[in-house]
Amino acid sequence: MEEGERVGLIGPSGCGKSTLAKVLSGMLCPQAGEVRLDEKPLPKKGYRPVQLIFQHPEQAVDPKWRMEQILNEGYFPDRDLLNALGIEKEWLIRYPRELSGGELQRFCIARALGPKTRFLLCDEISTMLDPITQAQLWELLLHCSEKRGMGLLVITHNRALAERVCTRIVKFEDLNGKGEETHAKK
Amino acid sequence: MKRVSSIKTLAGPAAASLCLLILLFYGVFGDQAQLTTDFSQSGLAPSFAHPFGTDWMGRDMLTRTLFGMSRSLGVGLLAALISAAVALALGTIAAVGGKQADRAVSWVIDLFLGIPHILLVLLISFALGGGMKGVVVGVAVTHWPSLARVVRAELLGLRSAPYLLASRQLGKGPLLLAARHMLPHLLPQLVVGTVLLFPHAILHESAITFLGFGLSPHEPAMGILLAESMDYLTSGMWWLAVFPGLTLLAGVLLFEYLGSWLQKRFTKEASI
Repeated sequence: MEEGERVGLIGPSGCGKSTLAKVLSGMLCPQAGEVRLDEKPLPKKGYRPVQLIFQHPEQAVDPKWRMEQILNEGYFPDRDLLNALGIEKEWLIRYPRELSGGELQRFCIARALGPKTRFLLCDEISTMLDPITQAQLWELLLHCSEKRGMGLLVITHNRALAERVCTRIVKFEDLNGKGEETHAKK
Repeated sequence: MKRVSSIKTLAGPAAASLCLLILLFYGVFGDQAQLTTDFSQSGLAPSFAHPFGTDWMGRDMLTRTLFGMSRSLGVGLLAALISAAVALALGTIAAVGGKQADRAVSWVIDLFLGIPHILLVLLISFALGGGMKGVVVGVAVTHWPSLARVVRAELLGLRSAPYLLASRQLGKGPLLLAARHMLPHLLPQLVVGTVLLFPHAILHESAITFLGFGLSPHEPAMGILLAESMDYLTSGMWWLAVFPGLTLLAGVLLFEYLGSWLQKRFTKEASI
């Protein structure tokens, strides 16, 4: 994957798309092979340059934290970004259980868009949003990707979405067996 | 409106904790004058002057009971806290120490759970020569396994929580993760578990003391009072056993009440 490239990954349920995303982000260790960034293994400390946004935002936030703490855990997002994502100021003092899935997902996205993020892995991130918000969200992510040269990996069931957003589409079935593609170099 | 309802819900637990605190500190600040031997007052049935009656040496049984409860609570508290510390340590080792550590700790937990508590407490206390040390060590060593299990299960669940993984991705180190993400979830379980350990600890302490393997007669805890009363039951001094027994029961029930109140509160908070 190149910097600023937008790759769509599509495949049937349960074929391992989410697992691949976890491996690529460094959350899971691959049993064989290696994930590389700039020809080096992924860093094991500090802010990771490859960020993953989960499919279920309600599991991705600590239920005992206020949204403000969650949002600022990695860095301090500026107001413009929050406005662009439609995050209201009054949400910040709430607890995760007081927000809906779509609202939580916006926080998760803001949290992962730190200045040091070079690749963003989006695992079915817009399924719980309404169509208009989806469109706005992808507009924003495309804008970020172009402005910073940030790579996007879009994992989805929705072929139309992948075709609309991505510069290259990979079908998961095609990956199996082909070693050099599975260990997607970055 | 909100303030009134919160006062109402807090009144019971607050009163229970206050009772237990007073009992606990009675041994330190209580009036010992009532404990002097006075044979002109020996063996009096309960009356207004002596609500719990007097014993065969003319000592006020109410005062003796309160001092005894205080000592029993102290021993129970110490044993329960040591037990909780052991549970926390071993539960954590099992959860984060890898497969081998987990297997070893789980084996020890099963071993301890497989032997009847009272038997083990007796053996340990007897081997250590009885007394305060024997009882505290005996009770502490035998009461940690169920709490250690809870700690282990909770930590295993937390370890793979997505929000923990996300936090790690954002560059947080293991210490920060443990302190800010794991501890707040673990603490309620640990507190409830510890409070619910007290009644067990106190009852076991009294039981082995009653059987003569625990505290010695010059440390008059509840078990000693009850054991002594046995000699006088046949001469009709029923109050020597009934009132201390009821007081012990009340103390234990207060702890149970506090523990289950805490548990309810924490689960309610988690489910909203």
